[in-house]
Amino acid sequence: MAVVQDVHGHHDHHPSGIMRWVTTTNHKDIGTMYLWFSFAMFLVGGFLAMGIRAELFMPGIQILEPELFNSFTTLHGLIMVFGAIMPAFVGLANWQVPMMIGAPDMAFARMNNWSFWLLPVAGALLISSFFVPGGAAAGGWTFYPPLSAQGGLGVDMMIFAIHILGASSIMGAINIITTILNMRAPGMTLMKMPMFVWTWLITAYLLVLVMPVLAGTVTMLLTDRHFGTSFFNAAGGGDPVLFQHVFWFFGHPEVYIMILPAFGVVSEIIPTFSRKPLFGYSSMVYATASIAILSCVVWAHHMFTAGMPAVGQLFFMYATMLIAVPTGVKVFNWTATMWRGSMTFETPMLFSIGFVFLFVIGGFSGVVCAIVPIDIQVQDTYYVIAHFHYVLVSGALFAIFAAVYYWLPKWAGRMYDEKLGKMHFWLSMIFFNVAFFVQHFLGLAGMPRRIPDYSLQFADFNMISSIGAFGFGLTQLLFLYIVIKCIRSGEKATDKPWEGGSTLEWTLPSPAPYHSFETPPVIK
Amino acid sequence: MSQGTGHYYVPSPSKWPIVGSSALFFLGFGAAFTMNKIPAGYYMLAIGFAILIYMLFGWFGDVARESENGHYGKLEDKSFRWGMSWFIFSEVMFFAAFFGALYYMRVLSVPWLADAEHDLLWPNFAGGWPTAGPGITEQFTPMGAWGLPAFNTFLLLTSGVTVTLAHWALKQNRREALKMWLLATIALGVLFLGCQIYEYSHAYSDLNLKMSSGAYGSTFFMLTGFHGFHVTLGATMLTVIYFRCAAGHFKPEHHFGFEGVAWYWHFVDVVWLGLFIFVYLL
Repeated sequence: MAVVQDVHGHHDHHPSGIMRWVTTTNHKDIGTMYLWFSFAMFLVGGFLAMGIRAELFMPGIQILEPELFNSFTTLHGLIMVFGAIMPAFVGLANWQVPMMIGAPDMAFARMNNWSFWLLPVAGALLISSFFVPGGAAAGGWTFYPPLSAQGGLGVDMMIFAIHILGASSIMGAINIITTILNMRAPGMTLMKMPMFVWTWLITAYLLVLVMPVLAGTVTMLLTDRHFGTSFFNAAGGGDPVLFQHVFWFFGHPEVYIMILPAFGVVSEIIPTFSRKPLFGYSSMVYATASIAILSCVVWAHHMFTAGMPAVGQLFFMYATMLIAVPTGVKVFNWTATMWRGSMTFETPMLFSIGFVFLFVIGGFSGVVCAIVPIDIQVQDTYYVIAHFHYVLVSGALFAIFAAVYYWLPKWAGRMYDEKLGKMHFWLSMIFFNVAFFVQHFLGLAGMPRRIPDYSLQFADFNMISSIGAFGFGLTQLLFLYIVIKCIRSGEKATDKPWEGGSTLEWTLPSPAPYHSFETPPVIK
Repeated sequence: MSQGTGHYYVPSPSKWPIVGSSALFFLGFGAAFTMNKIPAGYYMLAIGFAILIYMLFGWFGDVARESENGHYGKLEDKSFRWGMSWFIFSEVMFFAAFFGALYYMRVLSVPWLADAEHDLLWPNFAGGWPTAGPGITEQFTPMGAWGLPAFNTFLLLTSGVTVTLAHWALKQNRREALKMWLLATIALGVLFLGCQIYEYSHAYSDLNLKMSSGAYGSTFFMLTGFHGFHVTLGATMLTVIYFRCAAGHFKPEHHFGFEGVAWYWHFVDVVWLGLFIFVYLL
């Protein structure tokens, strides 16, 4: 957390020590806390993933009892989605959005602090639920009833954790929308905003749209569990499938909440290291908006086997496939930006190219899953696991790594070790594919997800996958080492360490001063 | 009023967020424990609420002081407007989840449970609305629309008018009229809540209509209950605004605190209209 400790401006008066971080209203402090919290949760979620892969290393039950295994998969999903990926992007938004639009801070600086400090509370609820009678929630991260209606105290702790996370996300999103709409420097029209800012504006809109629906969903689950209502109980005229509808009305836009800011990051980095402006800027903006709108009308593709009229299946299939069009526009634009660019391959660029390459694989397997007759075959198999890890790990997570390497010189005022950074990339790239590519084959062969044991025919691929997962997990400790080494003893960074950088943050000194753009810059 | 152009007011470090987080820590654990009959839960809930109230007083007190000391100019005012609008939008989406559930049950799941495919499972279930579902045999009487609920509609619509009259009075700097119309609005809100409490006790004791009365009971109590909770919140906010008006806060050209609460009150009003149509009338 010492990233910006040595850069107190002369006119700053804020508490020192721990109280600085507890009471801060500074977007850079809060961004730093978001990023460290997210990394801590990434390690917790990663520990759970290692447990899952260790159990699946060989057929038979070795390490985790089935009930605990189910808790591991459930909490791995919840912690990675709500604790690691989302807070990391909010941390990036906190650091970068005010600097990229030339604002002095976030619009609601105090509320910004609260958005962050709600996260450890929710994290405590989730993690401590492992140690209460009955153990943590074990019905999968999507917590479908009737399983989630039957669990014990752990499920209730999860429900309240989700309420708190939702409150945090909604406040964070409102803050980001207001900052972007109200606090841009004079002359920065909407269509001059950096792509990262654009993608976050649209993401924040999605958050305000769907997080309250998730709050309503878990509230109905809570009253079904404790107050006798029958929302998800057929005997009372309700329907467990209703849960799936409201959950995925949140859940599908949620996956775009986790990927749109990644698109933004990559759209900043590829032009910088290609030394060319982004190809097709306005089509990028429209594509992002189209993806966001379409993402709200495709949710039932998660439920093709739950039973729905054929016309519903057709609608959701075609609407889902339609998303491939704006996504294709984006991939085309990134590629066209690189075309004939004067490219160099520093770590952020490597992660970005890795992102484009692997995200396309995840996108294609998504289109495969969207096709109803195929989805009915692969539903709840490892094919789906492989698909969403290609978009979430090599998609969202790789973009977060890229962003950290890209902006760390600005945040810390020091350069990271390029050699180690490249090593981090290549090890991540190789181990990730070892871990997850084979899961496509496992899924197509029929191995179901969320089961601690499996038939002997799946043994070889599972062992390969586990070896890849252990390697990937270990590699991330290298990332921690690189970041700490950079903060402690990295070479001094120049104000503009990447010669192709063209956004406003590169006009500030490195490290960025505690208060930046108190007088807004004027954009031509 | 404004601190001059170009300088956006960034509040200094504050303890209130962490106080609020510790309140939610106790509330979160307390609620989970209480619902599982763990005695410590009740104490944690009590502590959590106490801290939350302390935080609300402190935090909003700070905001009111900053506003009165002229820290908020045009730009800050615009931020508050965007912020409140999106907050109300998020509340709309929260209610949308419950309206969606009501729609799904009435139009889809209840008719499906009564169709030919389900004859083996529930041979005597005819569907139709209102219903407690095929498996809940306890009988209940649905809530009629034209008694108390219609009167409640009248109360809330009137309160929407009185809060606007209060706003006009504020804009023309007629402080006595402002306070009177605000009081009238609060009174109408409290009367609404009183009627709703009476309605609930009537439902439980005379109509045998409970939260456990299947699809109808679930949606009825969830929608009206959360709406009532929002009316309570709105009336509390209006009360705070009343005391701020009495203390001489707000100026004819600068009073977003008042307007934000008025927006919220209108939002509560509109949700009620949706409730009246879809829960009571249809």
